[in-house]
Amino acid sequence: MKSLKIIAWVLVTFLGVGAIGAIALHRGETINSVWFIVAAVCVYAIGYRFYSAFIATKVLLLDPTRATPSERLNNNRDFVSTNKWVLFGHHFAAIAGPGPLIGPTLAVQFGYLPGTLWILVGAVLGGCVQDFVILFFSTRRNGRSLGQMAYDELGIIGGSAALVGVMVIMIILIAVLGLVVVNAMKYSPWATSTVAATIPIAILIGLYMRNIRPGRVMEGTLIGVILLLLAVVGGGWIDQQPNLRHWFNYDGPTLALLIIAYGFSAAAAPVWLLLAPRDYLSTIMKIGTMLMLAVAVIVLRPEIKMPALTQFIDGTGPIFGGGLFPFVFITIACGAISGFHSLISSGTTPKLLSNEMDARLIGYGAMVVESFVAIMAIIAATIMDPGVYFAINSPVGIVGKEAVDAIAVINSWGFPINIAQMHQLAADMGEASLFARTGGAPSFAVGMASIFANTFGTNMTAIWYHFAIMFEALFILTTLDAGTRVGRFMLQDLLGNLYKPMGRTSWYPSVFFTSALVVSAWGYFLYIGTLDPLGGINSLWPLFGIANQMLAAIALCVATIILIKSDKLRYVWITAAPLTWLVIVTSVAAWEKLFNPELRIGFLSHAQDLTTRLAGGVLPSDITVIEAQQLIFNDYLAAALTTFFLITTWILVLETLRISYRIITGKSHLALSEAPYQLSQKITTKSRLIIKN
Amino acid sequence: MNYLKKNINRGWELLRTISGDDAYERYLEHWHTYHAKNGDKPLDCKTFFQMEQDRKWNGIKRCC
Repeated sequence: MKSLKIIAWVLVTFLGVGAIGAIALHRGETINSVWFIVAAVCVYAIGYRFYSAFIATKVLLLDPTRATPSERLNNNRDFVSTNKWVLFGHHFAAIAGPGPLIGPTLAVQFGYLPGTLWILVGAVLGGCVQDFVILFFSTRRNGRSLGQMAYDELGIIGGSAALVGVMVIMIILIAVLGLVVVNAMKYSPWATSTVAATIPIAILIGLYMRNIRPGRVMEGTLIGVILLLLAVVGGGWIDQQPNLRHWFNYDGPTLALLIIAYGFSAAAAPVWLLLAPRDYLSTIMKIGTMLMLAVAVIVLRPEIKMPALTQFIDGTGPIFGGGLFPFVFITIACGAISGFHSLISSGTTPKLLSNEMDARLIGYGAMVVESFVAIMAIIAATIMDPGVYFAINSPVGIVGKEAVDAIAVINSWGFPINIAQMHQLAADMGEASLFARTGGAPSFAVGMASIFANTFGTNMTAIWYHFAIMFEALFILTTLDAGTRVGRFMLQDLLGNLYKPMGRTSWYPSVFFTSALVVSAWGYFLYIGTLDPLGGINSLWPLFGIANQMLAAIALCVATIILIKSDKLRYVWITAAPLTWLVIVTSVAAWEKLFNPELRIGFLSHAQDLTTRLAGGVLPSDITVIEAQQLIFNDYLAAALTTFFLITTWILVLETLRISYRIITGKSHLALSEAPYQLSQKITTKSRLIIKN
Repeated sequence: MNYLKKNINRGWELLRTISGDDAYERYLEHWHTYHAKNGDKPLDCKTFFQMEQDRKWNGIKRCC
């Protein structure tokens, strides 16, 4: 039996190595996507079976006899033991948002290989480890949040860095996600009307679950899903009505203002009305669609048409400026390693864990699944002709406003494409044009629609496309609502220290004031993003990536210190190695975003260039003087934020090094903040004996 | 046949637990085991559901 297992794992290893070799060394016209699936599954299987087991048994010493917070502190409110598979589902739904779909799509400008390798290696050695150790450490600390753990283990500096970091990353995240939705709805009455319809549908379901049939979650969700599908079809009908369609036909800045107004109302409204019901719908859609996509990819086994590497690894890429190193590691955060996960892995999930042993499946395992979602996003972006991919994703500032110009530029890069092809594609997808639809969502929707259409029938391509847009918008708006509320709560908490009533979450003046403050913070970046001829994504996405990796660095600093304090110095590399890598990557990326002379990379050089042009009266034709001034201000603001991220990261790293040195040399330091051992009552005498032996 | 029925039932129960559909029933069960002795009344379904939702959305619950 044992030797059979060994043989099986040797086979998995060979298969995985073979598949990665095939992906990496293949230099033909196309390569089949099956190789990607096989490589991913083998890497995840080996990572989960061996590396996570090693971390669980040698480093963290998971203890099945130790009572978890849900048992020790069971008050049936915050702390409820939950079945591990149910909790796995909840945890996955909480960590997986639009990030793993967007980042990989954008990073495909380098070719399929860099993104794929980073997703696999980054997840198995970085992201999954981060989620797992933070979940475990928070469980050992009564489910304390990352900020509190940073405060307990690193002191006031670490704690404050984590707190401010969370706030800033939230603002940038919401702005960039808002921009993605805006770009998907720009001049598309079908997409806009469908996304708009999700709001009344969610409210209806909210009312249904609160007043008509309280607590009937499944019924409500089912009705909602049916209505959403009708909304997708209905949007197509509206698009055909000349007197209706102009109600839903907007340019980017107008849509940005609409999203801002929506964000404000959603944050000030009670959760049951919009946020909670929308979340039920987006969760079921997310899980359902991802499963469907996985099945379709396996059934269809489409050919990958993107080359392994493109010439844009030198930093001249149209979608975002910057070379392969460090920008592939910044662009793909979610799916490889995402610091934001550490906020879910601490605080929420630990309070529901019924046994410490489950932390491995939930922490490491859920991230494996998210990473697989990122691989599917890579597949969806690479099965279309590279010319089509670049036509959809390149902003007008690079390829020009006119289709003829765009085609000429893309052809000059060596990616064949013609106008008729793009017209046909847009017609198939039910859109007026697919040129310069930046942000990754339209491109992912095209990929997904073609996979579904080829699997389930080509006569529904346009419906699949708008289904994909609706599905992405649905959970982007959930993240936007939830993020704005969290920002509001944090702000109220902070202001409550200055003036007591401001801290009351139900006092309307405070609710409106703080909501408006949070919404205007991200709304500002969103609005400027829609004015930017380079597409906004070019500057906002790297900023988001840097912020997210910085948060991961904070989480890994906390984990590293805890490992050292727990006498696990010889295993410290499991968190210190990804930490070192992230610090190198974020520092180099931040430096380049600040000081690179290339206009599309360096914020400062871009600002200087615009200032000179403004002074000389030679502005590009597509921006006005006021817009130019706004863009210049925005460049300086982005530069200030980048500096902030860079400095925060380094303060934290130096603080971590200082504390590590004190611990190792036996000098005084903050004690380990672990909750004392308590025997789990769930463990029977019999199983205790089994565990002992 | 019986085996099939049993498995469908189990799947259905799991689905209800994952979605939170049976949360109130589980709360009642818990309440009767631990809190019934004090002579209070359990929350009604509507109040329970409202409290659960407020609790669920207090803090960072959705990621990127």
